[in-house]
Amino acid sequence: MAAPVMTPVPNRITLAERPDFSVIGQIIQPGSRVLDLGCGEGELLAWLLENKKVMARGVEISAAQVRKAIARGVSAYQGDIDEGLADYPDKAFDYVILSQTLQETRSPLHVLQEMLRVGRRAIVSFPNFGHWSVRRAMLFTGQAPKTKLFPYDWYNSPNIHFLSINDFEDLCRSSGFPIEKRYFLSGSTRVTKMPNLLAQTAVFLLG
Amino acid sequence: MVVDTKVARFDSIALDSGATLAPVEIAYETYGSLSADCGNAILVTHAFTGDAHAAGISHETGKPGWWDNMIGPGKAFDTDRYFVICSNVLGGCQGTTGPGSNNPATGLPYALTFPVITIRDMVRLQRMLIDSLGIGRLLCVAGGSMGGMQALEWAVSYPDRVLSTIPIATTWRHSAQQIAFNEVGRQAIMADPDWSEGDYYDKKPPARGLSVARMVGHITYMSDESMREKFGRRLREKEKFGFDFGVDFEVESYLRYRGNQFVSRFDANSYLYITKAEDYFDLTNGTGTLMDAFRTVDTRFLVISFTSDWLYPSYQSQEIVRVLRRVNGDVAYCDLQSNYGHDAFLVDIAEQTEIVKGFLASTTRLAKAA
Repeated sequence: MAAPVMTPVPNRITLAERPDFSVIGQIIQPGSRVLDLGCGEGELLAWLLENKKVMARGVEISAAQVRKAIARGVSAYQGDIDEGLADYPDKAFDYVILSQTLQETRSPLHVLQEMLRVGRRAIVSFPNFGHWSVRRAMLFTGQAPKTKLFPYDWYNSPNIHFLSINDFEDLCRSSGFPIEKRYFLSGSTRVTKMPNLLAQTAVFLLG
Repeated sequence: MVVDTKVARFDSIALDSGATLAPVEIAYETYGSLSADCGNAILVTHAFTGDAHAAGISHETGKPGWWDNMIGPGKAFDTDRYFVICSNVLGGCQGTTGPGSNNPATGLPYALTFPVITIRDMVRLQRMLIDSLGIGRLLCVAGGSMGGMQALEWAVSYPDRVLSTIPIATTWRHSAQQIAFNEVGRQAIMADPDWSEGDYYDKKPPARGLSVARMVGHITYMSDESMREKFGRRLREKEKFGFDFGVDFEVESYLRYRGNQFVSRFDANSYLYITKAEDYFDLTNGTGTLMDAFRTVDTRFLVISFTSDWLYPSYQSQEIVRVLRRVNGDVAYCDLQSNYGHDAFLVDIAEQTEIVKGFLASTTRLAKAA
């Protein structure tokens, strides 16, 4: 039998397409233990493995994406992050990452609590539902907003919770999650003023 | 790639049962070449009725190996990079000492005087082979089904001798359903009058019993869907029912053919001994929990299951993965989509190849960085 046709896996990756990745890449200390929840095809972890020599683990629900991650050399496992964290012992990781996935989890509060239990720190990035483009779309169309940031129709969106930067800050305050650092981005540019209106993406370092 | 099966001989082996087997022989094949630092060796462990001939074309029989689609130049276990070893299990009948081998004390086949063996005994003999080949630490031990049990046992018994393991479509202990199917197979053999309490080596072997055992086995290796696709209700070389008990359906013909074919290559007593070893398999070896067993293991794991495998269902692989996570083990896991049932690890290999390749490459990188 002939060898199967292989999908090429890029050896080197860049973080250019995902501005939050480059922020996360800066936060992570070399040699640390990292768990990426919803790791997709393992792009971030592969970058961290190569550039920060971290101990990397990933969780991903999609079999196709887990396959790609493993093919890249990332120790990813197929599972549901809503329930999958329970198995890890306390403080098993230095960082637990949830990039652009919080809005897709069934129980975001539970996931955040679990992240801070199994990790010394948590890194959370999400698209900001308070961004002016979302507000404008809603105001003028009167329909569920469909923007560059939230490109899906309401009925096929993976996003099941919508949150703004202010919503997240409120939750951290009321739940006692200590915010160590905040990073606000528009494209790959840092936003310093009125982030809830002007930032497309927020990255929070908790712990 | 034409290959020869070799045999290594050792003075004795101490078994879990307390018995000692002396001497003991192990049949094995190798593919690719061992690197100067001996760091590229992979042991492939076979499933229940497999043998040492995993890849290439056998010099003796002209047949391809049982995992020839996975092992070879450019394949998942790339023999341009890795030195791959496969041996026949202890208790088997394809070159390694088993119940059909001659007992030097009597000059007759052991038959039922052969000691009951365990998966750990099989692995112990493999370790002796690896020692004799001068390999300190294996890059990987990989296998499906009972081969996966051996891979897991390697990680637990000899954690400092193996960098990574790939247990595929397997379990950390046999379930009631798995024991039940094995028992049906054993009873089919033992109910055959030709079995003669195992003492049939100079007589007619229990072909009918062994062939029924194999038929049951084959059903468990496939899935409802794969059988529907492969056979459906198609009739075998006829337009109408025969209204007798000859072969009507294609699936009957297939099972009979598989059963009969098996008899010519497998020893019924080996069937009894090896299924018993599978049924006894429990990775904890009776010493606490699976978590305790994995606590001292720092081997990397790639665990693979298949969605339609109902003989070794995905939940059994997921149990292994969950416990490895609890001890913070390095584990990758994927439940591969396949309709082929338990056989998937042998036949549905495109996705399996993709992840095994990446896993081995990253393990090699880690080994070199360390």
